[in-house]
Amino acid sequence: MNSPIRRVSAGCLLLVLALLVNITYIQAFWSDELNARGDNRRVTIAEYARERGPILLADDTPVAVSTEVDGDFQFLREYPEGRLYAPITGYYSYLYQRSAIERAQNEVLSGEDDRMFVRRLIDLVTGEEPKGGAVKLTIDPAAQQAAYDGLGDNKGAVIAIDTRTGAILAMVSKPSYDPNPLASHSPSEQREAWIDIHGDADNDIPPDPDKPADNRAIAQPLPPGSIFKLVTAAAALESGDYEADSVIPGPARYQLPLSERTLPNQSGEACGSNDQTTITNAMRISCNTAFAYLGEELGDDVLRDQAERFGFNSQPLTNEDLRAATSRFPDDPDAPQTVLSAIGQFDVTATPLQMAMVSAAIANDGVLMDPYVIQELRAPDLVSTIEQTEPEELSRAISNDTARQLTEMMVEVVENGTGSNAQISGIPVAGKTGTAQSAPDRPPYAWFTSFAPADEPSVAVAVVIEEAPDTARSDIGGGRLAAPIAKAVMEAVLGV
Amino acid sequence: MSLDQNRLRLDQPSNDDVVVPRRGRGTELILLLFAVGISTFAYVNVDLGALGEVPADAMAYMGSFFAVAIVAHIVIRIRAPYADPVILPIVLTLCGLGLAMIHRLDIADDTSRASIQLTWMLVGLALFVLVLFVIRDHRILARYPYLAGLTGLILLVLPLMPVIGHSIRGAQIWIRIGGMSFQPNEAAKIVLIIAFAGFLVQTRDALALAGRRFIGIDLPRARDLGPILIVWLAALGILTVQNDMGPSVLLFGSFVLMIYIATERISWIILGLMMMVGGAWAAYQFVGQVRPRFDLWLNPFDDPSNQIAQALFGLAYGGTIGTGLGQGYPDMIPIAESDFIGAALGEELGLAGLTAIILLYALLVSRGLRAALVLRDPFGKLLAAGLASGLMLQVFVVLGGVTKLIPMSGLTTPFMALGGSSLVMNWVLIALLIRLSDAARRPAPTEAPSYTDDAVTQVVKLR
Repeated sequence: MNSPIRRVSAGCLLLVLALLVNITYIQAFWSDELNARGDNRRVTIAEYARERGPILLADDTPVAVSTEVDGDFQFLREYPEGRLYAPITGYYSYLYQRSAIERAQNEVLSGEDDRMFVRRLIDLVTGEEPKGGAVKLTIDPAAQQAAYDGLGDNKGAVIAIDTRTGAILAMVSKPSYDPNPLASHSPSEQREAWIDIHGDADNDIPPDPDKPADNRAIAQPLPPGSIFKLVTAAAALESGDYEADSVIPGPARYQLPLSERTLPNQSGEACGSNDQTTITNAMRISCNTAFAYLGEELGDDVLRDQAERFGFNSQPLTNEDLRAATSRFPDDPDAPQTVLSAIGQFDVTATPLQMAMVSAAIANDGVLMDPYVIQELRAPDLVSTIEQTEPEELSRAISNDTARQLTEMMVEVVENGTGSNAQISGIPVAGKTGTAQSAPDRPPYAWFTSFAPADEPSVAVAVVIEEAPDTARSDIGGGRLAAPIAKAVMEAVLGV
Repeated sequence: MSLDQNRLRLDQPSNDDVVVPRRGRGTELILLLFAVGISTFAYVNVDLGALGEVPADAMAYMGSFFAVAIVAHIVIRIRAPYADPVILPIVLTLCGLGLAMIHRLDIADDTSRASIQLTWMLVGLALFVLVLFVIRDHRILARYPYLAGLTGLILLVLPLMPVIGHSIRGAQIWIRIGGMSFQPNEAAKIVLIIAFAGFLVQTRDALALAGRRFIGIDLPRARDLGPILIVWLAALGILTVQNDMGPSVLLFGSFVLMIYIATERISWIILGLMMMVGGAWAAYQFVGQVRPRFDLWLNPFDDPSNQIAQALFGLAYGGTIGTGLGQGYPDMIPIAESDFIGAALGEELGLAGLTAIILLYALLVSRGLRAALVLRDPFGKLLAAGLASGLMLQVFVVLGGVTKLIPMSGLTTPFMALGGSSLVMNWVLIALLIRLSDAARRPAPTEAPSYTDDAVTQVVKLR
């Protein structure tokens, strides 16, 4: 009987091996995924029992803090200026998990990050309660406040970028929401706050139509309209066939290729005498037909290539940061669609972040810096740095010379053209307006993007107004509505 | 060099030297001190982790564990001096870790189940002593296989009797007499393995040799299929009527393994597996408890509050080195103190600790199988192999269940899980293993063996 006993022993060994392999898989390899699951209450409770690190602005003002309270969950997450910073901080909720920085930097904030391993070991030995690390943002409180106040009751977004580094100085989305009730320890309060925003399908409560939880500054691509003419002009200058003062056709109506339709100018008039104009003048008055002509001449491949060098068709601020949306230049437009794309219509979409990146690249001698919102990560002592963001070049979008010519055009727009509302006394400002048609049944999107000072740029801004309830529809336009907000933000950053 | 010569002499005994194997009682004593130490350390660690203080009864706890260890050790010295010295320390360590975890869950749930478990451990020790004193030679167990089989079946059926039988969590496997609950299938498990061994020793020749060959497999004769059919039906019966998967898998599995060992014919395993698959399919179709457990196995996260999902969360939360005793959340796993104690230990002791526990079980099983290899009488071999492989199956089924390797089926984790009947009967099982290992390691008597040995009647295979 010994040989079957030996075989049974071997079988037993196999069973033991199966158990060991399985638990090794679960506890060593699958554990990260299991611990990251939103429905894993265990991890949440453990997190709440630990002091979560703060989220700080560029001047160290905290915008998300954890305070000790009584109860099962030892710490309560609070947002001192909830609505103002909600698009960036996000919320930290027991029932609804987390969003934005609270989500993306959860490991640092909760103290689980591997870089804090040694710290945790020391805490283990000394019996110190473990704490989370801090996330310091690039956000400038003055710029953020100016943008928030500037938007008023309008639905829209503002973003400001340091042109030399790519650091994001302001990021505002309106309407916003208050993350405090979502972080409440009372499940009913959380649920109520959530239903206010997202509705409740089970009980036929519709979501808030204003979608306050959407970060319009980075996550909602819209047709950019005329401010996309910056990209078209850049492509024309880069092609080598055009200069800023090249004379091109600018008729009252432009005959779309392969089509019966014509494209009119907003004013209904030609852009210059004899239906001819310079590119600079076309930019100043935002002449549709001249840029339509450039679009047809350059073709979709040249436009797409230029757009992509400005960052289109790739995601900035990826999932590890804030989950920005990707701005698009269409894949394969036909000839009339290419013409419409050249003036920012058809399927071209862009986020305010993307348009601010276009301005920032022009301002930075043609070099596009990779945008970022996290300045540094700090250890739980809140002083020592564990990671610092180094500014990084994303691409050379345009040549030095093209950047200089585009800057001159944009200065002309602000000084003598559609963007005059963005003028700052004593400081040259470069800008571009846009008013984008979307569907016929809704008002156009008002856009403005700019940078200042034009001679030594430091800040680029993009503003979009989706809806302005207090403004007549015919009055909605980039120059009128959006430019003053950009001006206020630039002033705040420049301290004037 | 003299040392080497000495070793040479021991390895190759000459005729005039009688080799006396090391009894290992000293080794056992030292290992027992380790077991008491580990158990006490775990107990103190729980309080330190969960409450931040050393428990007031730490010394008393260590004392009672030490007393259990010493009593068992002395009984072994008297009644089974050649017994394998590793078995008892392993069992005591497993008991100690299980008790520490039950105590840890007591702190979380504000209960006091650990002291009840400790009491049951003392009852188990008493039975351990009783078995070692009453059964001087394991071969007396082989005398009445049919009576033992009948007893086992009656024990299985007891929970279905009116008045005394009752069900907990949907499984009709309990009896209650005068306020005391007991799971008779824990006793039936051991009685039936004894019965199988006795029965197989008597009939193995017919089972092994008669029959015809069919597509390369030696099929047994139809009338020899009787026993396996009876056990199969009994297993299915437990499954359907008592709505409990674990015991039926265990019962049928160990029977098939024993019949294979007795007959040395792989066809029994194949046949057994086919019947197991058939039974499982039928159970999936018709038995209330089986399908949801199977579905839960495949999709544990459909409802993240369920046992399997919580067990996986716990294991993952523990990671490689665990949260430390008292510092995890094992109370979030439903019934963590019994079926899921493996997951609770995995959370607080981590992959490292759970691996150690599984290896302890593996070592225990290997000691049982080793006794089976060395034993000279076929009944003893079968009994030891049956008890050891039954233990292995039980550990695999329950730990595999809580770690989502296989579908969960209700079985207790031997020695660790809360539950008096399981703990007590497992001490009986260990007493039998001690008895068998003692017989295996005892020096062979110089006179002719009294029992019919394998070699006396050779069976000649004709085909």
